[in-house]
Amino acid sequence: MDLGILATILDSALRLSIPLLAACLAGLWSERSGVVDIGLEGKMLVAAAAAAAAAYAFGSAWVGLLFGILASIAFALIHGFASISQRGNQIVSGVAINMLAAGLTAIVGNAWYGQGGRTPPLEGDQRFGDFVFGHSVLVYVTLLAVPVTWFVLGRTRFGLRLRAVGENPAAVDTAGISVAGLRYSAVVIGGILCGIGGTYLSVAQAAGFLPNMTAGRGFIALAALIFAKWRAWPALGACFLFGLLDAIANQLQGFSLPGIGEIPVQAIQALPYLMTVILLAGVIGKAIPPRAAGVPYVKER
Amino acid sequence: MSAPIEMPKWADTILVPAVSVVTAFLIAGLVVLSIGENPLTATRYLLQGSLGTGEGLGFTLFYATDFIFVGLAVAVAYHAGLFNIGGEGQATLAGLGIALALNNLPFLPGFLLIPIGILAAAAFGAAWAAIPGYLQAKRGSHIVITTIMFNWLASVLIVYLLVNVLREPQSMSPETRAFPEASQIPFMHDVFAWFGVTIPASQLNLTLVLALISAYLIWLLIYRSRLGYAIRVVGSNPTAAVYAGISPARIIIIAMVLSGALAGGLAVNELMGYQHRLLLEFTSGYGFVGIAVALMGRAHPVGIILASLLFGILYQGGAELAFEQPAITRDMVVVIGGIIILFAGALDGLFRRLVAHLLSRPKLAGA
Repeated sequence: MDLGILATILDSALRLSIPLLAACLAGLWSERSGVVDIGLEGKMLVAAAAAAAAAYAFGSAWVGLLFGILASIAFALIHGFASISQRGNQIVSGVAINMLAAGLTAIVGNAWYGQGGRTPPLEGDQRFGDFVFGHSVLVYVTLLAVPVTWFVLGRTRFGLRLRAVGENPAAVDTAGISVAGLRYSAVVIGGILCGIGGTYLSVAQAAGFLPNMTAGRGFIALAALIFAKWRAWPALGACFLFGLLDAIANQLQGFSLPGIGEIPVQAIQALPYLMTVILLAGVIGKAIPPRAAGVPYVKER
Repeated sequence: MSAPIEMPKWADTILVPAVSVVTAFLIAGLVVLSIGENPLTATRYLLQGSLGTGEGLGFTLFYATDFIFVGLAVAVAYHAGLFNIGGEGQATLAGLGIALALNNLPFLPGFLLIPIGILAAAAFGAAWAAIPGYLQAKRGSHIVITTIMFNWLASVLIVYLLVNVLREPQSMSPETRAFPEASQIPFMHDVFAWFGVTIPASQLNLTLVLALISAYLIWLLIYRSRLGYAIRVVGSNPTAAVYAGISPARIIIIAMVLSGALAGGLAVNELMGYQHRLLLEFTSGYGFVGIAVALMGRAHPVGIILASLLFGILYQGGAELAFEQPAITRDMVVVIGGIIILFAGALDGLFRRLVAHLLSRPKLAGA
């Protein structure tokens, strides 16, 4: 394998890891505040659809980004309302978000453009073109979100409170700080990040929206989040690793390794899921989620 | 506000789900309106297509059969306090079990082959659910995450097997060869024809009877047996279960095994009853519909059968509707499913409070 192929693989690994990273950081914010979010997939999907539609209508990728983020925040707020205000089951709400997103984007896309749910192809200013080193600006925005997340969560008062609300909400409440307020802000930050990830998919990486174009990336991001043990820098590592596996799988298609023969692409595709299950089983290391994750906060108890 | 909401049992079991489902349909109607179609016309096509003809009714019941199985699967785990969202993967593996059993034993007669196929489906589905169950019970890995991962693992595995191993060499499409004819579960129209009664042909097959029997057995198990009681105790209070001498770990694994076996029923209906071969993506997301069905049916077999019927109507009627009004594709059913899951599941408290509030209001004059 020469250096050219290596460079190609690393380059496409970066591209493939960006939507994972955006969704993974979104999940990190949400779950660190105690709100479990399996609706990352759905939020990226609505963002991808809204961003492509807006970019097409207004002829600007930036307007697309704005609408992508707004759509994702709207869905994040539904999740927030159900799980924070109504103290509903967060898993159920996440499943609902994913189904709603899959159905709505296909129906509305089909009704608007009549192309089986696709948006018309985007071109020129309707897309995010190359910014630096052949990557779009969204790549750098997402990468920048890693140190920002690390700093805000780990080094600021807001971050400390937000982490505390995910571990022991009663203590935060006793200190006179609003549990719901902190959780809502975390959920909205998650919405913004999923919005960036979804917009990247349809307006930067591809040139338009396809039904179900997230194709499980939201769930791989969830796996990466567990793999990173809910921390920002490891999240970057885990997402890049999973992106790299994806890139290698693409490169290895029909490629035969000496001595081993052809490696089935599916074996590499299965690795992120398999590694997550093994990690969760506590065979190597242990992934411990925030203590209050998934538990609605009830004041009077 | 955190005090338990007091209301009569009938209101809790019937009125609350009914209110949330009706609200879900109103919102779905708004979606239809917003894409420029008439919701009332759409409803007429939907009902006509699903209930208006004998053929349509057959298809409706065929889909309902799928949903009864996946709904029961979610419900059994739910009673044990577990969220099994791995129905898709478990049904996929059940399909693999059916294909392996039937295509390797083609010499057996039908009265042996059909039960073997059904048992293989149950066993493979159960095994695929047992691993997340074991990991939850013994290692504390969260069942939701592991079942999600197992869904994806199952879909990757089945693609690999169908493309590289099980596919017929001369066939281009990733599917197995047809199952032996003796293993096909009879279509309902054929069964009726044996007795000289003619009903319109559809995909509906005898698996419906198996689904109804399963629903009855699950009712017996959950509400009338010692094991079912143990499952419900673990689901509502694992600490109390330990004091009562019940091992939560054991119950969790048993509940997941049962749940996975029930999810296998989806594969029996789709593959042994209709497709007669194993192919990709035959589960079509029905595993997730099972969550809506179980939540709507309050995890009770009778409720699940009714909810399955409703979703059967939606799926069959939705197909006819997409034919008549192409703007309203079958994705509408996914939307409705999502809204029902949101309302009957996550926002349940909101609707309970609403109903309790309405019931507790003093009777107005003339009412």
